[in-house]
Amino acid sequence: MQAELISKDGTQEYFVNMGPQHPSTHGVLRLVLTLDGEIIKRVEPHIGYVHRSIEKMAEFDTYKQIIHLTDRMDYLSAHMNNEAVALLVENALEIEVSDRVKVIRTIMSELTRLASHQLWWGVMGMDMGAITTFLYAFRDREMINDIMEETTGARLTMNYNTPGGVMFDLHPNFQKQVKEFIKIFKTKLPEYDELLSGNIIFTERTKGIGKLSLADAISFGVTGPSGRASGFACDVRKTNPYSAYDRVNFTEILLVEGDAYARYKARIFEMWESISIIDQLIDNIPEGVIMAPMKAIVKLPKGEFYQRVETARGELGVFVVSDGNKTPYRVKFRSPGFSNLSVLDHISRGHKIADLVAIMSTLDLVIPDIDR
Amino acid sequence: MNAIYDFSILTGGIHERLSGLMSPTAVMITEMVIIGTLLIVFVALMGLVLVLAERKVAAFFQLRLGPNRVGPWGSLQTLADFLKLLTKELITTKSADKFLYNLAPFIVMLTPFLALGVIPFAPGLQIMDMNIGVFFITAVSSMGVLGILIGGWASNNKYSLIGGMRSAAMVVSYELSVTLAIMTMVIMTESLSLSEIIASQSDGWWIIKGHIPALIAFLLYLTASTAETNRGPFDLAEAESELTAGFHTEYGGIKFAFFFLSEFVNMLVVASIATILFFGGWMPFHLPFEWAVGFNHIMDFIPGIVWGFGKVTFVIFLMMWFRWTFPRLRIDQILNLEWKYLLPMNLVNFLLMALIALSGFYL
Amino acid sequence: MENEKIQQFISNWEPEASSALCAQFLEISVPAAKFRNLAEKLRFDEQMLFDYLFNMTCVDWNDHFITVYHLHSTKHNHSLVLKAVIANHDNPEVDTICDIWKTAELLEREVYDLFGVRFNNHPDLRRLLLADDWVGFPLRKDYKDEVNMVIR
Repeated sequence: MQAELISKDGTQEYFVNMGPQHPSTHGVLRLVLTLDGEIIKRVEPHIGYVHRSIEKMAEFDTYKQIIHLTDRMDYLSAHMNNEAVALLVENALEIEVSDRVKVIRTIMSELTRLASHQLWWGVMGMDMGAITTFLYAFRDREMINDIMEETTGARLTMNYNTPGGVMFDLHPNFQKQVKEFIKIFKTKLPEYDELLSGNIIFTERTKGIGKLSLADAISFGVTGPSGRASGFACDVRKTNPYSAYDRVNFTEILLVEGDAYARYKARIFEMWESISIIDQLIDNIPEGVIMAPMKAIVKLPKGEFYQRVETARGELGVFVVSDGNKTPYRVKFRSPGFSNLSVLDHISRGHKIADLVAIMSTLDLVIPDIDR
Repeated sequence: MNAIYDFSILTGGIHERLSGLMSPTAVMITEMVIIGTLLIVFVALMGLVLVLAERKVAAFFQLRLGPNRVGPWGSLQTLADFLKLLTKELITTKSADKFLYNLAPFIVMLTPFLALGVIPFAPGLQIMDMNIGVFFITAVSSMGVLGILIGGWASNNKYSLIGGMRSAAMVVSYELSVTLAIMTMVIMTESLSLSEIIASQSDGWWIIKGHIPALIAFLLYLTASTAETNRGPFDLAEAESELTAGFHTEYGGIKFAFFFLSEFVNMLVVASIATILFFGGWMPFHLPFEWAVGFNHIMDFIPGIVWGFGKVTFVIFLMMWFRWTFPRLRIDQILNLEWKYLLPMNLVNFLLMALIALSGFYL
Repeated sequence: MENEKIQQFISNWEPEASSALCAQFLEISVPAAKFRNLAEKLRFDEQMLFDYLFNMTCVDWNDHFITVYHLHSTKHNHSLVLKAVIANHDNPEVDTICDIWKTAELLEREVYDLFGVRFNNHPDLRRLLLADDWVGFPLRKDYKDEVNMVIR
């Protein structure tokens, strides 16, 4: 083994354990790097440090209970995760939810997406060594968290969705607060560009780094902004519209470069799109009930159901096999982070350690989402 | 020049008093002890002040308050942190090279002390006026990287090793730019003694008198010396998002404090040299014109020590500004920047300066 | 392409495959031994071009396993669910598809980890989420863990 590693010129490859406790793996991801000097020869992800067996737990829980587990997967897109399960149950039982619920869900989803992208932007800057971005991002994210707290009672894991509707009606202040936030954030978002996007050091470090071709993006199942940066039209909001996405105008951000900078840009553009979606909906939230009539115990008909939503990270799929009982027979969460992680080794070979950090940042991995 | 602000009266008085009491050898030893103690106290104080300043500046850039609980405006926060570091257990990793591992923090700490020895902060406030002061500082400050390299190597940690190697590659290259930028100014000053360099700016600072080459030299010096002190955006020797903490990953307690403090004292040294070469050290702001005599005279009333430290503070603030706004560069980009851009620019600038000096086209 | 046409193509290629039109997707079941062959055809045939494997999992039906593959074609914009029926419950085996869809490499490791289904020719079949010395396969229906599991 040792002899094999020593190359002709007498140098030797070596291993570095990056993680599970490491500042830029954003949680407990462990990467075993094979390095030649600073150049990465191989990245082997070791995951499972926060594996809580959510799929097994879900087999013993009712559908309403499962929703509360999904928060804890991708905690930054908690609302979208909840929505996926709620939509699955509604579609399986063919329950029509009111327009009000649809619009509320859409606005909430986009607010969550904004909050998630803000956090990503701050952390991205921090990974690149610009710590200031982190606090700028958190300043703006705080406003969304406050809006969430007012309506749902929670800042991060909202549990706002339930099969058939949402838990509570909107707070009377909601519209006013959201409008105010949008107004402020529209002036703050250009600041983001000033701090990072236009910075020569930043562009030099991200352009051409971690190039992912369209064919590879599809083959690896890289979805979300990361996939769309390679030109993979995978936005579930466009391909399989749910909630109120079929009644708003927004552009699916598609870029062709597929490098770290494109992935960065895709998320920045997506924030503008989210703002535009909220802008279109916030003034006309229709009146209506917030909860369709549901039985106390939800039982899905026998069969297999698949529901996909677009979280901040990509396509989240919920696959449920039901045997007609109040608990599912088998639940599988197709988490976007899992597929996005699988591409890490492929695109970071031949780059430097510093590039790996940039690549990991632009893939926007959330570890509990990967481990489930 | 206002004589009341001259520290040589004070130091000369002490020297005379001591000479009256004991033999010349004893006087020298006593003075050495006094100066050494004062230097340690000065460095410790500057460390505390600079760390607090860094945190306040960072807080200012990051829309937060910074330390504000311990003492007024958090002024005692760094002292509290220092006490905490002092009382922490000293852990040596099992497979570390014990001797080198323990030696490294001292080497790192030693170099700024040596450099501080020749820097004049105010008229007469200089420990030793060497006639090759500039040369001495350049020689001494390149020793700091040894400590980082030794620390990175001896920790027996791969992160430390990578950090140490990065630092070595970087400092060795940037040393060139720093030295060349200094040499560019030495053409003008025609002296290697720091006090004479300051004296040569009594009719105006070199950054004003030296035309564009001096300005370019200042920018080059600022960039290169930021890299030499391992501060952001060139902090990739520690690069906490890549290498956890780089070369000092395995250091804790007071040993870590040494690494930490040396960064700030190095910054002080670097900023002092920048002030001496480009902004006239403690020399008040003078204009090299006939009609500006009155103005120059008013400027003389501000004590030299205020001018000296004011300008040092300004340069340090610039360096902090860099750190809290820029992302970090990658190792190959850093080396590219030095060898492909800064060094050629420096060489051209050096020639330009030489031409200007030959033609006498300066004020 | 319409689901009926896809059904026709598949029955031509693989007579043993049974297909059913369900509410959401067209579902194709095929015995594990014939699975790999059909998967290759579905991926590379010009009419099919199922290039995006968006979900892959396994279901334990007590006496047999079914590995479920959700496929989509980004060119023709059609989807289907491909199922490999693994009759042998004691020693489940199926061919790998991780050279066809690269995302499957980690997904198959996960299925191996949690169900114990072996994927033939997989380059690196190890436990993924659980510790290397874990005993048993937790997502199987007959898995028992007296300490950590609460059965209601």
